[in-house]
Amino acid sequence: MGIDRRKFLKVSGLTVLGLTGGSVSKVFSSEDSTDVIQPVRPAGPLTAQRWAMVIDLRKCQEQHECDDCVTACHTAHNVPDWGNPKDEVKWIWKESFEHAFHEQEHHYQQEKLKHATALVMCNHCDNPPCVRVCPTKATWKREADGIVMMDWHRCIGCRYCVLACPYGSRSFNWRDPRPKIKKIRPDFPTRTRGVVEKCTFCEERLARGLMPACVEACKHGALYFGDLEDAHSNVRALLAERYTIRRKPGLGTNPEVYYIV
Amino acid sequence: MLERAFVGDKKYYAWVISLMAVIGIATLFYLKQFSEGLGVTGLGRDVTWGFYIAQFTFLVGVAASAVMVVLPYYLHNYKAFGKITILGEFLAVSAVTMCMTFIFVDMGQPFRIINVFLHPSPNSMMFWDTVSLGGYLVLNVIISHVTLGAEKQGIAPPKWIKPIIILSIPWAVSIHTVTAFLYAGLGARPFWMTAILAPRFLASAFAAGPALLILFCLILRKVTRFDAGREPVQTLGKIVTYAMVVNVFFVLMEVFTAVYSDIPEHLEHFKFMFLGLEGNHLMVPWMWTSSILAVLSLVLLLNPNWRRKEPILIAACIAVFLSLWIDKGMALVVTGFIPSVLGEVPTYVPTLTELMISLGVYALGALLVTVLYKIALSVRGQWVSSRVIEKQTGSVKVGS
Amino acid sequence: MYDAGKVILGIVVALVLVTFPMWYNLAGEATVTVPDLEKARDSIPSTLCVADTVWMRGHHMDLLNDWRDQVVRGGDRFFRPPGDRLREKSLSNTCLDCHVNKDKFCDRCHTFMGVDPYCWDCHVVPKEIM
Repeated sequence: MGIDRRKFLKVSGLTVLGLTGGSVSKVFSSEDSTDVIQPVRPAGPLTAQRWAMVIDLRKCQEQHECDDCVTACHTAHNVPDWGNPKDEVKWIWKESFEHAFHEQEHHYQQEKLKHATALVMCNHCDNPPCVRVCPTKATWKREADGIVMMDWHRCIGCRYCVLACPYGSRSFNWRDPRPKIKKIRPDFPTRTRGVVEKCTFCEERLARGLMPACVEACKHGALYFGDLEDAHSNVRALLAERYTIRRKPGLGTNPEVYYIV
Repeated sequence: MLERAFVGDKKYYAWVISLMAVIGIATLFYLKQFSEGLGVTGLGRDVTWGFYIAQFTFLVGVAASAVMVVLPYYLHNYKAFGKITILGEFLAVSAVTMCMTFIFVDMGQPFRIINVFLHPSPNSMMFWDTVSLGGYLVLNVIISHVTLGAEKQGIAPPKWIKPIIILSIPWAVSIHTVTAFLYAGLGARPFWMTAILAPRFLASAFAAGPALLILFCLILRKVTRFDAGREPVQTLGKIVTYAMVVNVFFVLMEVFTAVYSDIPEHLEHFKFMFLGLEGNHLMVPWMWTSSILAVLSLVLLLNPNWRRKEPILIAACIAVFLSLWIDKGMALVVTGFIPSVLGEVPTYVPTLTELMISLGVYALGALLVTVLYKIALSVRGQWVSSRVIEKQTGSVKVGS
Repeated sequence: MYDAGKVILGIVVALVLVTFPMWYNLAGEATVTVPDLEKARDSIPSTLCVADTVWMRGHHMDLLNDWRDQVVRGGDRFFRPPGDRLREKSLSNTCLDCHVNKDKFCDRCHTFMGVDPYCWDCHVVPKEIM
């Protein structure tokens, strides 16, 4: 036949590649939207140019037993309760003041602050390092309102974002979370093992005209949530009125959670 | 040429089959991890990257070290390296494959890795790392295939391979630089956020890789007919020496910056490694061993009279390799998390599952190196002596 | 070609084996039992769905993928089916609101077709947790 085995294999291999290449490239091209339904916005979603939260730690500190915000958030979002620091998944929690504000800590700090707790969660930074490092854009900053979102369909579980976050806000699902969810709510998905999750400023509640679960649950009025770019918003009024601090401001992440101490 | 991998003597088959057995056992452990999740490892909310990624980081360096034989031979016509460039390139292929496998086993959703290519994110160093590693693998496969194929036919390789080989030189530097960038750009982790991280990675790569190559050359001289010769081994020894000197110098620079500035967020990590921190002393014996081995290796290598003696060179290479493996493959990644961003001191110990899977990946790499070296040396007719073939087949064959 | 006889024989045997399911079914006159799918809740008129039945049968997976991107990545989570109130683009809250029994609807077809969508890993089936 005049062709040796090696050349035959090479030619047939390339042929197969060429024939299938067309269909493979379809995977990589963007498909037309099969949008049969016209998008509609309900009358009452909460919108903002830049969502931000102000936490009045003075009101929070006295309530040592209270964790209504944590319960509300973790219940609303089917967050599992692992009960150990290795596997734990948490979107919002009470951290010691010393750990949350390491730079502010000193030996002669006010007594009440030494033993204080600070409510911490994702800061939805203006310049988020987690977004910068994500290789699949599974986490991104929404242009419309500044919320740093998560797409649990796309996350490959590389945990690079967990490394990049200076605040420890992100949790990874080391195992299947479902057995550890106290009461699964049907109106919000659970996540699967192998993806990273964090606070999303309750964007699904904002779309329905509801305040974030933690803000609504706080009976001591310690949590304020509003539009930073609206000069007349509650958060702007508070920031003008009171001295506020943010976590690790020197890193340039520009966190949008402010604390009144 | 691939058919050479399937023919060999009893020792070859025994070695290959035992490696495959290890890979098989490791696969069972991986199936457990795949079904239960990464919770079966020692990783946790605080120490999120551990043994797997540390091995990846170390092996990228070994892969990059092929440039240390390619550069002198192709750019500077250093003829002595002519016989061993293929060994360096095949080692690079094996190391990059191990890197990719270690990343695969570390992913929470490994079958979604294609998302990195479906949704390219140039802002992410991890995206560039996949491009870089993938490209380097393709480059080395093409280069080794073409040059070995030409050698088999007894002709010079085609001219178009030369620019591709030259490209592999900066590309080798790039794979380890971009891996360093994964760590060095994170403001959240002050232990890694140092400009010297990429140079340090390269220096340790150019010490550990050629050290391994020296050991391979000497092993091949013992078990096959291939003799690299005295000069290439000695030159590689000089390369290891200089690279190790630079590496130790860089480490001392890091130590100085942390200790003299006395800034806790830098110093605490070094305290954890060398003295222990808040009751966690797990890294201390490893780091001191690594440091002692590094000094020992320099003592053996810096004196040319000692370096010229092969038993001493072997001991020095083993010391270099182990010292750098501990430094990159055990200390570097884990220490970045201890203390954590919230100032806590977590504990990380890899589990049996984690170690078995890692062993399987290393066995895969060893299998690749074995098979590829077998092919290369069989093509050259230098795998076994013809006497052995005569005994086995009852006939005389040229080559094997 | 070397060993032409063996190679051609091998190709023929391979082709026969590969096409086995086709000619075996043709020869044996196997009957196909179409899965019996439970209709949606009685209180909803059957004409009311996101789209018509035939289209949905072939494209509900594309629809769900589009909804996923629109809701998660676009923040656009509501739509109005013809003649109905404002609805969410949600598998758990809209689709399963009518197709209440996943095991009698979704699973029957999926099992028949031999597909195993992993949506259920995360998206809760309301009936199963009540």
